[in-house]
Amino acid sequence: MWKTILRRILIMIPEVIILSILVFLLAKAMPGDPFTGSINPKADPQQIHHLMKINGLYDPWYQQYWHWVVHLFHGNLGNSYQYQEPVTRLISGRAANTLWLALFTMILTYAFALPMGVYAGRHEGKLPDTIIRFYTYVTYCIPFFVILVLGIWIFGYVFGWFPTTGSISSSASGWLSTIGSRFYHILLPGILGALFGTVNIVQYLRSEVIDAKSSDYVRTARSKGVPSKDIYRHHIFRNSLLPIAAFAGYSITGLLNGSIFTETVFSYPGMGLLFVNSISYRDYTVITALVLIYGILNLLGTLLSDIILSIVDPRIRIE
Amino acid sequence: MTTTSNFLSIKDVSTAFKIDGQFYDAISHIDLQVQRDEILAIVGESGCGKSTLATTIMGLHDPHETKISGEIDFEGTDLLQLDDAGYNQFRGAKIGMIFQDPLSALNPLKRVEDQISEVMDYHTDLTKEEKHDRVLQLLDEVGIVNPKRTAHQFPHELSGGMRQRVIIAIAIACKPDLIIADEPTTALDVTIQAQILDVLRAIQKENHAGIILITHDLGVVAETADRVAVMYAGQIVEQGTAEQIFNTPEHPYTRSLLRSMPQRDNENDDLYVIKGNVPSLQKMPSTGDRFAPRIPWVPADAHEANPTMHEVTPGHEVRCTCYKHFKFPDEKGSVTA
Repeated sequence: MWKTILRRILIMIPEVIILSILVFLLAKAMPGDPFTGSINPKADPQQIHHLMKINGLYDPWYQQYWHWVVHLFHGNLGNSYQYQEPVTRLISGRAANTLWLALFTMILTYAFALPMGVYAGRHEGKLPDTIIRFYTYVTYCIPFFVILVLGIWIFGYVFGWFPTTGSISSSASGWLSTIGSRFYHILLPGILGALFGTVNIVQYLRSEVIDAKSSDYVRTARSKGVPSKDIYRHHIFRNSLLPIAAFAGYSITGLLNGSIFTETVFSYPGMGLLFVNSISYRDYTVITALVLIYGILNLLGTLLSDIILSIVDPRIRIE
Repeated sequence: MTTTSNFLSIKDVSTAFKIDGQFYDAISHIDLQVQRDEILAIVGESGCGKSTLATTIMGLHDPHETKISGEIDFEGTDLLQLDDAGYNQFRGAKIGMIFQDPLSALNPLKRVEDQISEVMDYHTDLTKEEKHDRVLQLLDEVGIVNPKRTAHQFPHELSGGMRQRVIIAIAIACKPDLIIADEPTTALDVTIQAQILDVLRAIQKENHAGIILITHDLGVVAETADRVAVMYAGQIVEQGTAEQIFNTPEHPYTRSLLRSMPQRDNENDDLYVIKGNVPSLQKMPSTGDRFAPRIPWVPADAHEANPTMHEVTPGHEVRCTCYKHFKFPDEKGSVTA
């Protein structure tokens, strides 16, 4: 078991190296530079040329990359051109915000999707199943940002139930009101994300339950005289949840990626919003750092999925 | 238990499946009796309704997709009148079933021990330790070499033969009076087959159980069965003792089946092939001899309009009168239509 995990982690090392080179090159390949228009619109091209030079932006890419890697190992991701602040501080201040939102959304998503998927599968073809399937298709068809904008408009402006921007209210003081205010701010984006992110889990789980219902081992269980509710509990649920559990690790990273939409629409100060802003300012140092972090998180997510699967499925256990 | 003749008697049982909103008979008007201490073999080619009959006795069909009529009298109870909870008192306890495919019939996520003791959870008051002991004893009985080790393993860690033994252990855990074995040896190689059949016979002797052995393998039938029922297209076409069926087969289908078996003494000859196919459920004719299209050289007036069972000798019954006129095309005196 530990051997498997160790092996998976070792495989990740070359993956991360290749990823980092790719990320670095792609950021460099973007047209534009971090200085034009950012100092003042009429800045002297000569001055920009000078700034580019002292920042090492004319060096060959491998030199720039090497510089970057050396600094990386010193825990230094460089300074943001836009904010004039160390990138590490910039990101660490926002990472927690993104993480809370992603975790909250994920818990809610599973809380909605698991009962729906199981119920739809168990009552296949009946009215509740039809309603659930219709619901998931509708949520699948509507672009997510449309939902977010509509949600803000209805629940934020028309009813005024939820805050529409930020991650914490400025009047919050004391730890209780801080936590409360933070939670209040992720409530609406979290609920919207969960309500409209169920389709994969529901559909997958539904078809797993339907498959399991007619499987041979369930027939064996019925021939033992096991009552139907126990068959669901002991045989169908666990076996159907297997692929869902395996998917969980990966879906965390999916949510992090999805946070780019949510944070932009809600002006929620997380990594997603930072990412979008950095791209429009060609803030290379921030972009490369963020893409690298997202990439590593994706790799970790698949690792987590593999670990979960090897725990829940005895067939995958490696002695 | 009442009288021996009432152990299991299947009377006029038909099972129809829903296809595109319409019900079609997969087995029609089956009459069968099974006694204690007896192995009744049901033979027939794929799609003739053997397995449907087995799952009908077990009550495993989805009530929304099937329509079952008739009467299955088991130790004085009509099983078909029971609701699901009532049926569960019989399934696993008094009737055990052995399934065809040992690869998929076990839950891949549960240890062997848990899958066997699950039957006892519902039908016995044994303590955890007693169940554990019983599991080891059962595994030993079905010929598992190292019961302790196997009990702790998952199905994917076992060979096909071992899995089939585990399935048998599940079926016999509560010492059922009736065991339905649906092609128990089909997925296994020949040496394992013989061992599995030995296990079945030993269990039967010990528990005085009645066994319904469903198979398409006539070799297995010859080796184990006391009585044989031959099925074709959802009907029983001939039944009798194993001797009667093998020595004096009457129905054209039984005779064709036996003739299509490889024989040691005529190894140079080509095997006999029954031409044509079993008609699909939707295309099954409602009257007439269902086997007639596959023996076209027999004149039409040799068949009955509504074939019934005729007793040839005591205990030996044949459907339709055509058997009196049937000869293979290469036999002397054969008539062609």
